[in-house]
Amino acid sequence: MPEKKIYMDHSATTPVREEVVEAMMPYFSSKFGNASSVHSYGQEAGAVLQDCRERVASLLGACPEDIIFTSGGTESDNLAVKGAVFAKKDVPAGHIITSSIEHHAVLRPCEWFEKRGYEVTRLPVDENGLVNLSDVESALRDDTILVSVMLANNEVGMLQPIREIAGIVADTGAVFHTDAVQAVGKVPVDVEDLGVDMLSLSAHKLYGPKGVGVLYRRGGVRIEPLQVGGHHENRLRAGTENVAGIVGLTRAMELACGSMDAEGKRLSSMRDRLESAIMERIKDVRVNGAGARRLPHMLNVSIQGVEGESMLLLLDSKGIAVSTGSACTSGTLEPSHVLIAMGVPPEVAHGSLRVSMGYINAESEIDYVVDSLCEVVQRLRDMSPTYRSS
Amino acid sequence: MVYSDVVMEHFTNPRNIGELKDADGVGDVGNPVCGDVMRISIKVNDGKIEDIAFKTLGCAAAIATSSITTEMAKGRSLEEAMDITKEEVAERLGGLPPQKMHCSNLAAEGLHKAIEDYRTKIGEGGAGA
Repeated sequence: MPEKKIYMDHSATTPVREEVVEAMMPYFSSKFGNASSVHSYGQEAGAVLQDCRERVASLLGACPEDIIFTSGGTESDNLAVKGAVFAKKDVPAGHIITSSIEHHAVLRPCEWFEKRGYEVTRLPVDENGLVNLSDVESALRDDTILVSVMLANNEVGMLQPIREIAGIVADTGAVFHTDAVQAVGKVPVDVEDLGVDMLSLSAHKLYGPKGVGVLYRRGGVRIEPLQVGGHHENRLRAGTENVAGIVGLTRAMELACGSMDAEGKRLSSMRDRLESAIMERIKDVRVNGAGARRLPHMLNVSIQGVEGESMLLLLDSKGIAVSTGSACTSGTLEPSHVLIAMGVPPEVAHGSLRVSMGYINAESEIDYVVDSLCEVVQRLRDMSPTYRSS
Repeated sequence: MVYSDVVMEHFTNPRNIGELKDADGVGDVGNPVCGDVMRISIKVNDGKIEDIAFKTLGCAAAIATSSITTEMAKGRSLEEAMDITKEEVAERLGGLPPQKMHCSNLAAEGLHKAIEDYRTKIGEGGAGA
């Protein structure tokens, strides 16, 4: 086993903060009540649930009754997409607009409707991964039910012009959803400022527990529940509330949002240092999304003459955990759909690397990561039958 | 997805890397768009594979299958080497994840191509190596 352990894959998941674990603990044992129960145990759980709802709402600039607690980002995205389309009972089919760089938790529900006769427009992106506003305008139709464009991309980190897109969608009759799973706690997210109708977030991306998330749904926006049963979550999401998880999510969000400015500056300076060191020391590298506003903690590079999975495994043997957009790790035979949509050739996309840093990382780790990457890239390029240094 | 210990061992310590000078036969397989490209070069003496080397751009499975294939082929007669199959390669590696069987297990094919290249060359040149 390597001596060093450096985790730089925070866009995949994050460790739960000590303070968050502490806040959660009582709700597994002494305060275990079901929030729907009438007795004192239930009242206690109900009160903490309401408190969390208010605190989460306040962090998002939303009303407490517009917060739906879910099991995570995927459920929130599914509830937003499927819920909004199902709620449109007056039309047997219709039109959905999304982008070509969404998370699969949005793309797959859209495909699900496409197979059932709905039409789906997937907005293209430019070389920086950004949606063009005029494409949104021209895609909108009278029968457009839903527009879903993510706030921050999970592979490259570019930030979409959500406020501007919301402005275009407003008053068209379509509902606008944004997947903000990667953005909350990293960049300011205020639902009123953004003008979105729905927004998804997840706790485990911001140092909270896995298995809990939020769908913000503006009052008056109709969605059909996907899970029915009891009268939980304003009858939009049945199931006994995950009180401990919700407490963890709330505490994690407060900590992440509270330290966002300082931590964002620290991480973006580390990211910039990593980026320039890689560009200086390794030839034939492109920084994906370089011309876009990006999440502060993320770097995505495509390195020619190497394959991502090999690079990832050799870095792992040196104690460094990162991820790749190579086909070999996606479970399909295709490289990252995000990089392909951005115009990165498939043979280059196979050599892509995503580094996502977090509060557990220190500036002093950067040199070791760069040295290790240089060594790994050199080793793999020496083994390649096709790579010739330009 | 988890690789077997044998795959990881060949991936981290690959045998016979490189390109042989004055190779008697060379086999190129794969496609950079798919992510795996392989080149196998062989030296033939007295109908046997005297030396063999590979260069591979690809995932851990692609590198491990290349490495073990060169080990399996070295010293074999050309006929015996032609009988090496991708299933046998995978078996020797303690198995491969299903999705890696077809896209990354190209080394046996590369070896066969190198042998065919050698046979074409001696057929054309008329002189054995």
